[in-house]
Amino acid sequence: MKWRDPLILVVLIFVVWQVLYLLVGDVALRSPASTAHSLSNLLSDPRFLPHISETAIAFAQGFAIAVVVGLLIGLPLGAARFAGEVAEPILVALYSIPKVTLYPVILLMFGIGMPAKVAFGAIHGIVPISIFAMNAVRNINPTHLRTAQVMRMSFLDLTLNILVPAALPEIVTGIRVGFSLALIGTLLGEMFGSQRGLGHLLMQAMSLHNIERILALTLLLVVFAAGINALLLALDRRLHARA
Amino acid sequence: MPNALIVRIAIVVIAVGLLELLCRLGVIPNFTMIPPSAMAQSLWKILASGKFSHDIAATLVNVGIAIVAAMAAGVAAGTALQGWPAARRTLDPLFATYYAVPMYAFYPLLIVIFGLGDFPQVAIGFLLAVMAVIINTLNGLDRVPAVLLKTARVHRLGPLAAAWRVRLPYAAPYVFTGFKLAVAYSFIGVIGAEFITSSRGIGYEISFAYNNFDNPVMYAMILFILLLVITVNMSLHVWEKRLLSRRRRA
Amino acid sequence: MSHVALRGVTRVYPGKTPVHALGPLDLELAPGEFFAVVGPSGCGKSTLLDVMAGLASPSAGEVLFENRNVKGQVPDGIGVVFQEDASFPWLTVHDNIAFGLRRTGAPAAEVAAQVGYAIEFMGLKEFAQAYPAQLSGGMRQRVCIARTLVLKPRLILLDEPFGALDQQTRLLMGDELLRLWRETGATILLITHSLDEAAMLADRVGVMSARPGRFLELIATGWPRGRDSTIVASESFGRLTSRIWTLLRGESLRAMGHA
Repeated sequence: MKWRDPLILVVLIFVVWQVLYLLVGDVALRSPASTAHSLSNLLSDPRFLPHISETAIAFAQGFAIAVVVGLLIGLPLGAARFAGEVAEPILVALYSIPKVTLYPVILLMFGIGMPAKVAFGAIHGIVPISIFAMNAVRNINPTHLRTAQVMRMSFLDLTLNILVPAALPEIVTGIRVGFSLALIGTLLGEMFGSQRGLGHLLMQAMSLHNIERILALTLLLVVFAAGINALLLALDRRLHARA
Repeated sequence: MPNALIVRIAIVVIAVGLLELLCRLGVIPNFTMIPPSAMAQSLWKILASGKFSHDIAATLVNVGIAIVAAMAAGVAAGTALQGWPAARRTLDPLFATYYAVPMYAFYPLLIVIFGLGDFPQVAIGFLLAVMAVIINTLNGLDRVPAVLLKTARVHRLGPLAAAWRVRLPYAAPYVFTGFKLAVAYSFIGVIGAEFITSSRGIGYEISFAYNNFDNPVMYAMILFILLLVITVNMSLHVWEKRLLSRRRRA
Repeated sequence: MSHVALRGVTRVYPGKTPVHALGPLDLELAPGEFFAVVGPSGCGKSTLLDVMAGLASPSAGEVLFENRNVKGQVPDGIGVVFQEDASFPWLTVHDNIAFGLRRTGAPAAEVAAQVGYAIEFMGLKEFAQAYPAQLSGGMRQRVCIARTLVLKPRLILLDEPFGALDQQTRLLMGDELLRLWRETGATILLITHSLDEAAMLADRVGVMSARPGRFLELIATGWPRGRDSTIVASESFGRLTSRIWTLLRGESLRAMGHA
């Protein structure tokens, strides 16, 4: 992967940021340099760690649930053609509704706290993972299956050596998208109704008009999300290139 | 082979019926969820009384602005980028990573800069929607066959005329996909932002009702959004099929 | 005065390994002439058309259309029919044909009249409101020809327009092309891989060498203006085609890598 283009892009973004700061001033922005400084301060502040771990734990659990449930829903739907045909528009409709709308319902079910956050993250991630998993299985070349039959492969053999490699690229794409969406969901949940975590800190900083804190947290979240996504994307592309 | 549509409708009806039963029987307590029939009733009352007309109008207007802005900016940017491969290559990582970034994280920043009016919500909706339009416009323009580009030149069309009369019309199905996404994302962005913090709008009213333990109102408005978004998306789907049927081999 | 003149025209495609596709070649077309080009695959026939139309610039030499230099831009008065389907899938047959004419700002009544005439001429009346996706390949080509026709070009370039059609349809389309030619009085350059087609339709046939394409010989056919596909039965037709093939055979073998 050429490193020159992404590097140019990153530099460009920082330049634009700096220019905006020069135009707008301290009333609403901080410079990239001072934001980086605030962020490093924040990261070394012991009172900050519990918030990061809160978000991280909630996200990890939500994401894990999204992967498991998403695959459990998507894979069989891909295999059973009619069930898949019935389910697809329903899944697509679920994908497009603003899931934020369901947050109060979840809060009513789980109360404020970790379980609700995990649920937020999970519902955001489940739908794309199941849609991609369904398509991954659907698009397995039937000739592969017939070849396996001719070679008289056992079911386990067939699954491990044909089905999994064939479906893996699309499944990984779904997991990548689910990762990002689960993160957004966890964060959104914290912004809406929580007393702890990065999302909450962000809202708190907003009400206190603490611009440095807002920028530092935003930078942290953007770098984390973009960074992990870039790694997953590289994996995604490698798998698709092989396929 | 039973009709997929009928099975789907049956599934939805059964699910709603089950919910209704569980709520009425008290298995799901009333302070958690009210029966779907009560939700519908409450919604009907609210719409009839016009109590939230202001909010509904505000939200719809904001969503509309976000969609129009995203389409205009997105198609223009996509068309421009398609003719500028160097810029497109540089921006490619941005396209790939854009939707991974929690866009809502910028919401507090926007509020601090622009205040508590409607602009930050529209901005979030716009930011979420515009990239989908750009990506799909690019995808469509990439697929214009060389022979049509040559035909445009034979007809002596300048670059702007060629884009407007030949390239974009050819790419229209893909631009429409971008449009569908723009609609979905604008709803998600605007309503999500209204939830987080706002002074009016459907999202705000739901949040307010939640904080005041007003389940009938809250669920009514949630139902309203769900129905609205699903109806809009289904209509777009039908419209798309009709537009594409002309282009399909008979 | 020649209608189209190519003098010392060369075209080299740039790149890591530049490809010398065409020339140097000279050609003069008289006004109202029907000229066919045949040659082995890859000899540069399509490049010749691109350069003549102004779709590509010559690397050397000059192209003159109506005594004006053609370079990189398509001049007014030239129509092109391509090998691939160039109909616009989002417009009906009628709107496809009206496309160019509408842009000239002609009044609606005149547009309707001209388009109606072109539709009749090309036998598309039944399909005027259909979309290209609903038509066969041959009909779509007729739409493209009608779209070109309606602008009354003085030079019409056709790049293997009937390539995808069966032999019988090709012969009939050839007759239609001749009808069109007589009706419009345009100068026509037809690129074809069919020797029969070239021999039957053209006033002169240009036989091209293997790449880089240059004219080996320009053969005059001597047909009367009022000809149609029935001339394929005549003796001179057979002699003509065998003469063309004799020239071409060696070149085709060379193009394929033998000899």
